[in-house]
Amino acid sequence: MKEKKKYWTLFLSVMQLSAFTFGGGFVIIPLMRKKFVEKLHWLDEQEMLDLTAIAQSSPGAIAVNASILVGYRVAGVPGALLTVAGTILPPLVIIAVISMFYTAFRDNVFVGMAMNGMLAAVAAVICDVVLSMGRTVLQDRKLLYAGLMAGCFLASEWFQVNILLLLVVCGAAGAADVLHERRKERLA
Amino acid sequence: MVYIQLLWSFFQIGLFSIGGGYAAMPLIQHQVVELHQWLTMNQFADIMTIAEMTPGPIAINSATFVGMQIAGISGAIVATLGCVLPSCVIVTALAWFYSRWRELPVMQGILKGVRPAVVAMIASAGLSLLLLSFYGQSAWPESWGSVNGISVCLFAAALLALRRWKVNPIGVMLSAGAAGVILYSVF
Repeated sequence: MKEKKKYWTLFLSVMQLSAFTFGGGFVIIPLMRKKFVEKLHWLDEQEMLDLTAIAQSSPGAIAVNASILVGYRVAGVPGALLTVAGTILPPLVIIAVISMFYTAFRDNVFVGMAMNGMLAAVAAVICDVVLSMGRTVLQDRKLLYAGLMAGCFLASEWFQVNILLLLVVCGAAGAADVLHERRKERLA
Repeated sequence: MVYIQLLWSFFQIGLFSIGGGYAAMPLIQHQVVELHQWLTMNQFADIMTIAEMTPGPIAINSATFVGMQIAGISGAIVATLGCVLPSCVIVTALAWFYSRWRELPVMQGILKGVRPAVVAMIASAGLSLLLLSFYGQSAWPESWGSVNGISVCLFAAALLALRRWKVNPIGVMLSAGAAGVILYSVF
């Protein structure tokens, strides 16, 4: 009975989030964080960042990948299947309906106004998550990770460096740092 | 036959679009416009506009749209399934891998290094959206004065609601949409 309720919550949550991922796949990350980290406590802050990295580095839409990862972490393979279904259902229904009269929708003034308003809120939602996640990274009080964060932002924003390359470099730097620390501890 | 073509086309789109969103656009264009001529270039531009205006990943939105045009509801379902199939297999395998090995020191190190990069990535995506919202384009504007005042106010109000009062983000988005209709109608 309790399992059944968990599956339902998982499915309905993901469906609700998917219906609001305007403006690209990354928008689902703050929504998921609010729901699964802050509200339901099914995942922790670090894990959410890990899952985002994996979702970004895998083929396919980020929103779909992130949903699969969250579903799997919470309830295994059945959870993953459930979250995929929940994620694709809202866009499937919405686009199927809109495709029947899409020129009218595209040219509607009020739709445009609402979209403009929502875009500002989407930017705020992302800003909010960057502040919260950034604080988690800085809590380590290590210059390396703060430097990686700033460096990656500059590299992708000003020099258009490929994101996958940045992930590989940062992963290697992190691995080297942790292994080095362990070696120091063992010697001491 | 057309179902198999739809499934295979969108399977390839799903498999080769790494990095999501706009990375998938040229792939979709190649399959849908150039290879199979399911849509004209104008229709393709329309679907990109609609994909931006509606929730959901661009690849899924275009799969549904193309499937509907070619073979109705069942076409939409087949194309969408083709699109998510690669993710389902690959990401589930990675999720298993992550669950099994995340405690290893090397994995811990890799994940620790990757986390700041993820925050930077999200910040970069957020900045593009912020510029799009304030200046109508996601690149840096030529003059700072051409800012959209209504967007700035809505952004500030939304951020305050999220940070200070921990309002549900979906509620914030819906309110901003409604406020947008009212404010743009009045001014």
